[in-house]
Amino acid sequence: MHHSISLTVNGVQRDIVLSDPRVTLLDLLREQLHLTGTKKGCDRGQCGACTILVDGRRINACLALAASHDGAGITTIEGIARGDELHPLQAAFIAHDGLQCGFCTPGQIMSALGLINEGQAGCDAERIREGMSGNLCRCGAYAGITEAVLAVQKALAQADMGGSHEKL
Amino acid sequence: MKSFDYIRPTNVSDAIAAASLPGAVYLAAGTNLLDLMKGGVSRPDRLVDVTRLPGLDRIEAFADGAVRIGALVRNADLAHDAAFAKTYPAVAEALLSGASAQLRNAATVGGNLLQRTRCAYFYDAASSCNKREPGSGCDARHGDNRLHAVLGWSEACIATHSSDLCVPLVALDAVVEVEGKNGRREIRMEDLHRLPGEAPERETVLEPGDLIVALKLPADARIFHGHARYLKVRERTSYAFAVVSAAACLSIARGKIAEARIALGGVAAKPWRAHEAERQLGGAAPDAESFHRAAKAALADATASGNNEFKIELARRIIVRALAAAAAGTPERIPPLPASPLSTARSVA
Repeated sequence: MHHSISLTVNGVQRDIVLSDPRVTLLDLLREQLHLTGTKKGCDRGQCGACTILVDGRRINACLALAASHDGAGITTIEGIARGDELHPLQAAFIAHDGLQCGFCTPGQIMSALGLINEGQAGCDAERIREGMSGNLCRCGAYAGITEAVLAVQKALAQADMGGSHEKL
Repeated sequence: MKSFDYIRPTNVSDAIAAASLPGAVYLAAGTNLLDLMKGGVSRPDRLVDVTRLPGLDRIEAFADGAVRIGALVRNADLAHDAAFAKTYPAVAEALLSGASAQLRNAATVGGNLLQRTRCAYFYDAASSCNKREPGSGCDARHGDNRLHAVLGWSEACIATHSSDLCVPLVALDAVVEVEGKNGRREIRMEDLHRLPGEAPERETVLEPGDLIVALKLPADARIFHGHARYLKVRERTSYAFAVVSAAACLSIARGKIAEARIALGGVAAKPWRAHEAERQLGGAAPDAESFHRAAKAALADATASGNNEFKIELARRIIVRALAAAAAGTPERIPPLPASPLSTARSVA
């Protein structure tokens, strides 16, 4: 049985035919829409490599059936830079050595974006670590990841005080 | 993953009719179900997607102080609802100690109640498991069972229930609102889950087609808001299931415990209410002696189901810690970090 759904992916509306109800958002993004920035690590909701934003909230794309998300707005790692200008989190991950092999990095960055928008961690490194615990990094770049997220949070807090806050 | 029919009904009665057929299961976020389907542990013929059913995603506060939580409310949304967290802080603390932020953003309250055990033998299709395949035996019984049950287990099954949320819900006498083929009924949280006995495949008292539509917290559960904690011991500080956890809620008046509520997680096939321990605390002083006496009573019937004797003593100690922390007062901010009660820093009395 075929299901037709419509998604807004990185701001672009896409009408999609699902040939199989088993397709997850992760497989849809990678195999059908060819957005391979979102990674398939464990495919069981344990590693966070597939983290995307659905209607602004971070979730594991591997545990989300595409058919169930008809009408959703999706943001992936491909959708966060402004042209050639890196997103502040992307720049911070480079500046703070928040990666080694890079496989978990798209998921880490999307998770960090979700975390910052949730507003629960602020500039507290311990709350950032807790909030990022759903993203594993087998290279062990956690120290750099925490520093990168903290740096962006601090920059946002300063911009807030200057009255020029914009949502990431 | 075995293929299935996918349907998305738009009202509750259509959903119930569709899910009453053999081989049909409800799909909410699917954070547990899809994982089980990928591993071949669950093999449904039909998924009935309930995520678009109207009116099930609201948190309603009643004038008398009771709260009704729609089954489709996401775990993160409930935990971060400021009024809810202030009134029922142990529930918020339990929610935020479970899973990861990504999973909490997706997972629903109704789905959380029906999540399956994390027993590795249940997940491994090559192992014998009476829960997955009735009558096939239990490889956990003489296998790697250090995290298995110490209360209420049977020779047929020693798996534990892994929900954090359910632990304070049982302690606070929450009620589950269920719609089924014969209309609406209410089930006390404590009666929702079954002990394994001879039929570990039957985990709840729900019948085919039954749909959890809401969860209710009674008004009198508010009295504990100033002295309520959920403490969870994990094998790492975050994003792990409980080895043992405890919800402790106290009402303290004139230096004595007026009423106590205690429940344990990670120790049995259901969230475990410690009634006798609660009775012993009634009228007692909130001190170490009372807490140790209560902890002893709570585990009086515990027996190791394998290489897990340590969980009995661990559960006693976590009860004492949780009671002491509850007596010291609900923290200003939930979750208080560091999250591990084994941490030597701050947070826990």
